[in-house]
Amino acid sequence: MKFTTKWLKDHLNTNKNEQQIVNTLNRIGLEVESISPIRNELSDFIVAKIIKSEKHPNADRLKLCDVDIGDKNILKVVCGAPNAKDGLLTVYAPPGSVIPKNKMKLEVSKIRGITSFGMLCSESELNISGESQGIISLDNKYKNKVGTSYFDSKKENTIELSITPNRPDCLGVRGIARDLAAAGVGKMRQIKTKKIKKNKKKINVVIKKSKNQSCSIFGSCLITNIKNQESPKWLKDRLIAVGSRPISAVVDITNFIMLDLNRPLHAYDLDKINNKIIVRESQKNESLNALDNKKYNLSDGMCVIADESGPLGLGGIIGGTSSSTELDTKNILIESAYFDPSITRKTSSILNLNSDAKYRFERGIDPNSVEIGLQKAADMIIEICGGEVSNFQITKTKKFTKKKIIIDNNFPSKVLGIKIKSNEIVSILESLGFKCQKKKNNINVEVPSWRPDVASKIDLVEEIIRIKGLDSIKSIEPEKNRLNQTLNYEQKHFHLAQRSVAARGYLEAITWSFTNEKINNHFLNNRKINKLINPISSDLSVLRSSIFSNLVQKVKENIDRGEENISLFEIGPIFEGKNPGDQIINVCAISSGYASNPNWNEKGRYIDLFDVKRDLLHTLYELGTEKNQIVIETTNLPNYYHPGKSGNISFINNQNNHFASFGELHPNIINQLDIKTNSLIGFELNLDEYVKLKQNNKEHKANYEISEYQKSERDFAFIIDKNIQAQEVLNLIKNVDTSLVKDISVFDLYEGENIPDDKKSLAFKVVIQSNDKALTESDINAVSNKIVKIVEEKTGSKLRS
Amino acid sequence: MSEIEKLKSQYLDKLDKCSSTDDLNKIKSELFGKNGLITNQFKFIATKNENEKKNFAIKLNDIKIILQEKLNLVNKKIEIEEINKKLSNEKIDVTLPERSFKQGKIHPISQVIDEISSIFSEIGFSVAEGPDVENEYNNFTALNTPQNHPARDMHDTFYLSEDKNLLLRTHTSPVQIRTMLKGKPPFKIIAPGRTYRCDSDQTHTPMFHQLEGLHIDKDINMGHLKGCLNYFIKEFFEVKKLKMRFRPSHFPFTEPSAEVDIGYDLKDGKIVIGEGNKWLEILGCGMVHPNVLINSKVDPSKYQGFAFGIGIDRLAMLKYGIKDLRSFFESNYKWLNHYGFDPVDVPTNYRGLSR
Repeated sequence: MKFTTKWLKDHLNTNKNEQQIVNTLNRIGLEVESISPIRNELSDFIVAKIIKSEKHPNADRLKLCDVDIGDKNILKVVCGAPNAKDGLLTVYAPPGSVIPKNKMKLEVSKIRGITSFGMLCSESELNISGESQGIISLDNKYKNKVGTSYFDSKKENTIELSITPNRPDCLGVRGIARDLAAAGVGKMRQIKTKKIKKNKKKINVVIKKSKNQSCSIFGSCLITNIKNQESPKWLKDRLIAVGSRPISAVVDITNFIMLDLNRPLHAYDLDKINNKIIVRESQKNESLNALDNKKYNLSDGMCVIADESGPLGLGGIIGGTSSSTELDTKNILIESAYFDPSITRKTSSILNLNSDAKYRFERGIDPNSVEIGLQKAADMIIEICGGEVSNFQITKTKKFTKKKIIIDNNFPSKVLGIKIKSNEIVSILESLGFKCQKKKNNINVEVPSWRPDVASKIDLVEEIIRIKGLDSIKSIEPEKNRLNQTLNYEQKHFHLAQRSVAARGYLEAITWSFTNEKINNHFLNNRKINKLINPISSDLSVLRSSIFSNLVQKVKENIDRGEENISLFEIGPIFEGKNPGDQIINVCAISSGYASNPNWNEKGRYIDLFDVKRDLLHTLYELGTEKNQIVIETTNLPNYYHPGKSGNISFINNQNNHFASFGELHPNIINQLDIKTNSLIGFELNLDEYVKLKQNNKEHKANYEISEYQKSERDFAFIIDKNIQAQEVLNLIKNVDTSLVKDISVFDLYEGENIPDDKKSLAFKVVIQSNDKALTESDINAVSNKIVKIVEEKTGSKLRS
Repeated sequence: MSEIEKLKSQYLDKLDKCSSTDDLNKIKSELFGKNGLITNQFKFIATKNENEKKNFAIKLNDIKIILQEKLNLVNKKIEIEEINKKLSNEKIDVTLPERSFKQGKIHPISQVIDEISSIFSEIGFSVAEGPDVENEYNNFTALNTPQNHPARDMHDTFYLSEDKNLLLRTHTSPVQIRTMLKGKPPFKIIAPGRTYRCDSDQTHTPMFHQLEGLHIDKDINMGHLKGCLNYFIKEFFEVKKLKMRFRPSHFPFTEPSAEVDIGYDLKDGKIVIGEGNKWLEILGCGMVHPNVLINSKVDPSKYQGFAFGIGIDRLAMLKYGIKDLRSFFESNYKWLNHYGFDPVDVPTNYRGLSR
């Protein structure tokens, strides 16, 4: 909503300056978005300097000039003036500007094969004088004004407010004035109207009753024998100042009243209306050629203002071309009506149609402003265009009663935390146009018809504090006591997992929850595709099924940017379905490049599966899982990993539900996405599932037990089937005697020469130690023999001799 | 001087002059070897008469101990000298680069969320959550924003179903509804999280982060709201003084509603919070609308309180001088490294927020 101080003063008698007004507006909730100098049709013409002028290559009388128009912009302009020369200060008209003399709109055009960006002007072209011999030559005073407007615009500013959707009343200058008056900035002026003689001319108006009838008041008057014309300067200036384009007196007057009183009006050419006005719901297959030069196909149930031939306009939204007024229009019908906010909004959203009228009606127009709108319009049209006015005809199908609210005297104090006396409540509300009746413990309040937003006592509290000032509320220091834990069990895991993965050397990324459908399809792994109806772009059209969908793209972007070693992770939601709650918190990490760069003291090594496996397992350990509680599986692997170089992790006592996976990303995916990497390895941890399955972190650690007796180490190497996994052998050895086998490590894996093709040699170092006694050689041999026997029996392997 | 006394002084002298392990071993065997001078003297004990025997034995033993101790002492001395000699040949260039270390980082938004949680933890707020996909009721209707209301224009919504019932939440406010429906008053929560609007330009990203706050109890009024936000902003920006301005505004789910500006100044192109005469809009807040309480099965005649919503990304930008909102989500490795935080740098209320 734009206005000027001058316009405001039509309604407000005040001696406050613009800055004081602006401060008050901000203080009472009418946020000032911008203050800018008024633009008019002359603002476009700016002081410019010819840097260089040379002969036009294709024309003897023309010149081609390099023109400095300020801000380091230099343009080529073709000019025919004999006085165009290097260093001349003159006036430049940019493309889009309208030359005052001939009303010609400038465009970028080719003149004899050379493109000219705008024009240099003579005094005659700017209507300054009759001088048309050459372009304007400015004296040196203008040297520092290159780039500024040549015509000093008056010092007045346009003030733009950002009006919140609850305040339709402030979409008119009068509403703003009312709020300012209540805030002590001045006194409201009465609206001036004239007494005019009215005739008995009449056209029939019918509002068809139906369930979804948007129109409940239709006011109209006929004005005949007018002389429509260009608006007077004051009116044009008003409209231009707030960014509205003057058209003709009749249209400009209706626009003016809309901006002035927030009372939308519409003017019809009476001679183009067939017999009578019918306000009805549209029918299927009807259409409207609207004033925005578009044709709208209407569905049924929209509110149309029609005559006997068909729709003339969409009620409360836009008029049609068939009955529009022109400069030669002689007789008009002025409409001043009330349309239902939500029906108006619905219709315009179906048609994807926006207009000033719609913007206002959907927010709620004062139903009691129908008559004053007609009155003001008649006054102004008679004054500017002449003519005779008919009686006002107001058809109503609904009675608007004023809302009544009872507010307890103490209620505002209770909400606001400061004492507000009932006298003050009454005086503030009355200043805003509410009517108050004081009772013993409460006040009966009647809401003015222009405030559709005020419906209950809490709304009145807002009005009171808005005008009294929020700064009158004293700040109460918060108490420092805590009844509940800050983070719950799941959130603690989130927090810990996040920092734990970062501590493994990964940089945390945050990426969109939606992603590229094609890429996401690689990581679906049987999950559903969840499409957005209105994605921001076609490559962000589905909810992500895995964080990998985004991280692989981010790895690629970083590699393409020249990064070599990348470790990224993200913790956040992935989506299994479209319903609230169909989401899982996942931790996803990905690494590419070297684990250690080649350097002066060692050869480089690319990141491999076992680096990433370590990172995942250590994160689990940090989250409170013990080594011996989990197991690695290689069945049901997610299909986005290399099938031979990936694994799942589950709890040993619940092996059907794996909660994490790790592995090399599938080479086909790397290939298709064209990621230039030597190794791309990642892991995923389903944090929600993990937390659900895991046992509570123990409150006490296990007893600290340490053996004081000699420990012994024995090495075993087995020739074993290739497909038997190390984990299985490790478990067998451990379970030979869990009290004596203290530690096992795998110190060698060998495949190749001297070993059959389907076998491998796997070597273990086992630490044997008793908590109770020093083991004798024969004790140790007994354990060793048992280890060999059990491993050989269960795995069909042979101890390597 | 007896023979053994002579022996003693002669060898103490020798040991003093000894400077190599070889010489020392030679002396050792001369004295204590199988036919060593001391070893042999012990053999004489038996030849002495009863009177001399005891004295001689004691004396000899003392001399043995003295010589042995001296021997050990000299041994240590020689060892130290030899190590020192060796070290002079063991010089390496310590200015060569160290082994590489993979330093992980926490995203600045995550860090800021932890900072916020730490601050609100101190004054008794718990962290609540809600899903990113919401239904139309929780995101709008329950928050007093009915269908076909212009207030919905304030949010460009991503929809997941044609009937517009399923959507990506446009703000964290539906967490208010979920929290209240799930429990019983009093409520004292913050809810940080992802939010989505169908908007993308220089200053808008289709996903961003918000912090919701909600405090409902029997007598929580607007003074508490002011105090709470004042405390938070001061703690967050780690400033003692703060200029804060409440401007009336409108949100369908709060009444009265306000927007909050904080004072700032520009010094060398950087924003300094808490001083100066410029104002920066930082959050929206208000008293929870009775309709929202009713929709959440809370009796507005018994309970009241406040709610607020803050843009987390913007807070992070202001506090850490990050200029471009979009850079948060680009995952540029150099950027993440530059603006990220060491994972051990956990914001706590006993240590403080930043290092």
